[in-house]
Amino acid sequence: MFMRTALGAASALAMLAGTAAFAESHAKTITIATVNNGDMIRMQGYTDTFTEQTGINVEWVTLEENVLRQRVTTDVTTKGGQFDIMTIGMYETPIWGANGWLVPLNDLSAEYDVDDILPAMRNGLSHDGTLYAAPFYGESSMIMYRTDLMEAAGLEMPDAPTWQFIREAAAAMDDPENEINGICLRGKAGWGEGGAFITVTANSFGARWFDEDWNAQFDQPEWAEALNFYVNLMNDYGPEGYATNGFNENLNLFQQGKCGMWIDATVAASFVTNPNDSTVADKVGFALAPNSEGVEKRANWLWAWALAIPAGTQQEAEAKQFIEWATSKDYIELVAANEGWANVPPGARTSLYETAEYQEVPFAKMTLDSINAADPNDPTVDPVPYVGIQFVAIPEFAGMATEVSQEFSAAYAGQQSVEEALEKAQAITNEVMEGAGYR
Amino acid sequence: MARAVTPQRKIANTAIAWAIGFLIFFPILWTILTSFKTEAQAIASPPIFLNFDWTLENYAIVQERSDYMRFLWNSVIIAGGSTVLGIIIAVPAAWSMAFVPSKRTKDILLWMLSTKMLPAVGVLYPIYLLCIQLGVLDNRAALVVILMLINLPIIVWMLYTYFREIPVDILEAARMDGASLKEELLYILTPMAVPGIASTLLLNFILAWNEAFWTLNLTAVDAAPLTAFIASYSSPEGLFFAKLSAASTMAIAPILILGWFSQKQLVRGLTFGAVK
Amino acid sequence: MATKASRSAARLMMAPAVILLLGWMLVPLTLTLIFSFKKFLPLRGDSIDSGWDWFTFFPSLEWVGFDNYARFLSSSAFWPSVITTLVIVGGVLLITVVFGILLAILLDQPMWGQGVVRILVIAPFFVMPTVSALVWKNMFMDPVNGLFAHLWRFFGAEPVSWLSEASLQSIVMIVSWQWLPFATLILLTAIQSLDGEQLEAAEMDGAPPLKRFWFITLPHLSRAITIVVLIQTIFLLSIFAEIFVTTGGAFGTRTLTYLIFQRVLESQNVGLGSAGGVYAIILANIVAIFLMRIVGKNLDR
Repeated sequence: MFMRTALGAASALAMLAGTAAFAESHAKTITIATVNNGDMIRMQGYTDTFTEQTGINVEWVTLEENVLRQRVTTDVTTKGGQFDIMTIGMYETPIWGANGWLVPLNDLSAEYDVDDILPAMRNGLSHDGTLYAAPFYGESSMIMYRTDLMEAAGLEMPDAPTWQFIREAAAAMDDPENEINGICLRGKAGWGEGGAFITVTANSFGARWFDEDWNAQFDQPEWAEALNFYVNLMNDYGPEGYATNGFNENLNLFQQGKCGMWIDATVAASFVTNPNDSTVADKVGFALAPNSEGVEKRANWLWAWALAIPAGTQQEAEAKQFIEWATSKDYIELVAANEGWANVPPGARTSLYETAEYQEVPFAKMTLDSINAADPNDPTVDPVPYVGIQFVAIPEFAGMATEVSQEFSAAYAGQQSVEEALEKAQAITNEVMEGAGYR
Repeated sequence: MARAVTPQRKIANTAIAWAIGFLIFFPILWTILTSFKTEAQAIASPPIFLNFDWTLENYAIVQERSDYMRFLWNSVIIAGGSTVLGIIIAVPAAWSMAFVPSKRTKDILLWMLSTKMLPAVGVLYPIYLLCIQLGVLDNRAALVVILMLINLPIIVWMLYTYFREIPVDILEAARMDGASLKEELLYILTPMAVPGIASTLLLNFILAWNEAFWTLNLTAVDAAPLTAFIASYSSPEGLFFAKLSAASTMAIAPILILGWFSQKQLVRGLTFGAVK
Repeated sequence: MATKASRSAARLMMAPAVILLLGWMLVPLTLTLIFSFKKFLPLRGDSIDSGWDWFTFFPSLEWVGFDNYARFLSSSAFWPSVITTLVIVGGVLLITVVFGILLAILLDQPMWGQGVVRILVIAPFFVMPTVSALVWKNMFMDPVNGLFAHLWRFFGAEPVSWLSEASLQSIVMIVSWQWLPFATLILLTAIQSLDGEQLEAAEMDGAPPLKRFWFITLPHLSRAITIVVLIQTIFLLSIFAEIFVTTGGAFGTRTLTYLIFQRVLESQNVGLGSAGGVYAIILANIVAIFLMRIVGKNLDR
């Protein structure tokens, strides 16, 4: 009796699974893999507008950043064809483009106005002058600070401060009694999290990942200086457990009024000044990312979350239509009309920064200045053989930088010394570079 | 086998057991409670236990962002299909191992179990490529088969240990009476095996439901189950404890309820031959 | 007892399961073995084509002999990852078995509402590993907003950042929480089958509780304990989600499985990762043989 029921149920299920797979494959539906960041989730909410305009249905696969990377990389390298559009960053785009895995975006319509895309973003998302991904939003890094606490401390934030001043200000604002940390910075392991932050910090102390012959440079004094400065700063004035804090943890801390300063992505500005989420919305000031005294490079990174079409998709035309819609001036205006100018996706288009309404947004100018201060082709004081500021645009980077940043995070947590962490970083990096045939 | 004890002893037992039970259950309770708070209340200091404005807004947000029913349905089909398919293949195998044992039976069993120790990520690329070649990426039937294969060793072993506890005397008596193999299977063994099969079914449904590597990596839209659903709430920008709790509650509620209702069946057969 | 006919029938009945598992094991295993001797860097453009490639051992990929094996073994991350794996598996086994026995004995005592308590205790087993890792990481172990941090502050203590300062212990705890119900249930079934008269007789003879436990209960449980250890080891050797979600392999929580994940997916070095996969299989088999020795003895009893 039981067996018969089980058999029946099984065949029913098998049939169901079979037919359903058939029924759902009809044309004019594009599948988009994206990251679960605020701006993307907002875009999802406007999908209906796009479907009404074009008749194209959109299926979203929204994933947490690490899962997304794992998912889309597997799919693109094996030509799996699961997605018609992938959300990728400035690190992946040139590498994938060079491998011929992305559809070149060189025939976008005239009204899309591709020349309006900020030059820095366009360069970063191109390979050999061909655009392979359209920026949905772009960012650099900058200082966000509490104007009220600065004032109470009797200090004034210069437009372009040094790390030495940052330390002084952090000391002045630090107030453990009231659960206020002088400064909050990323320490979380992962190349795109703490790894990105410590790399730009190192740049601003005159350090670099590689010399011109691809030798790892972690044994150089600049790295030791940068890492020691960071660890001392955070141990003295940073939050408890900063070694596991990434962008989001710090955002929450800042919004809850628990940080005097925070140096992080420029896109955070619209979150910390949004009175719905932030308890300190009207008390935030902005300044250019710092440098160490006398070093010409600042801790500015450059990043964009961009939409790209994997080569071989069956829905190339529809995918292009969606990209043109989502990264257009019209989309920016649509969001502005519904949610206010402060909430539009920033950092992608020149025209946005020329819009009068947007110029009134308090962080607009500093965001643009920060983006312009970053140059992926000349990221460090000493010359380097690579492109990229907070990353090195070679395929091996993501893996080894994650391991390096894990060693750093272990040092932040006090599990090993800064010197040990740097030694291990040096070993890991050289090991990978040898394996990949660079040296 | 209730032993007689003093009331004081019984009260003490009850108090300790309830306290420990509550402690073990607390993380789940806390998640469910948090799912009804606003984001601000979810991180309030000191934490609020019951005295907050109960709201359903998190569930509304989650539902608006992702179509829960579709993920749920995929989970049901994949977990259910793989379990049933696994049972169909495993019952005859386990039966023959238990009743017609040979010298190699134990080796075969242990070998089967050892296949479960292959690290999944090591074979992600080959499996992904195979799925592309067969055209079964993001396909529920493919996941049904893969999850069935993953859990098959456990199913076989569980059934085997259960079947072995069925007294052989009865079988021999039946054979003396001239029962055929088919009759033996249908009228004698099956009724005795039902509790074991039921609990195997349940255990494997749970294991398949919670499998998060293949279900996440081989699906996109059509076949994405609840493990993919949860991956979009894990660490977004801004405050997310309440939304994460709502999504978590939605992901675990069906299996939790099923588990509770069927725990008697689950427990009855879940011996792996531990009792003998 | 078994006739020739029933023997061949038995073989026939076993065939589907054996053949399927053999296929499931051999295909990926063969591919892993082949890749482990190849240079396969997908992001550098190495790819395998469909069709004949599969039957000719992927000529598009360069053979590199034992390079990947040597590199994986000489990597500074290898031995620590093996030790981490063993510590996590051992730690979880120890905790779940010890507390499982205590809990099983407790639940076996007469009390009110036993059914409800059992429901509460069994619940964590139903929770997806991803969900449980997310919940523990964010809502309990977060050093600022986590419940533990609130609790610590309430008692005037400095909150602990669990996942960096006590990372390995935290992961062992999360995983133990998930597997304790399983251990408890199996052990409880075993305890309930214990002959009550024997215990009572021992009690009459004036044997103290600890002695009764040591000489009667524990030997009776040995078989159940073996089974808990065996089943859990199979699952624990490959835990992944708990580490991926909480620490991402940082702070000394990188297991062998996680190291392979980093090589294959994060570094996109399939050859190196496949070599690691072969090592993992060897490790799993060492553990398995070791276990089987004990289990085999107990199962045959």
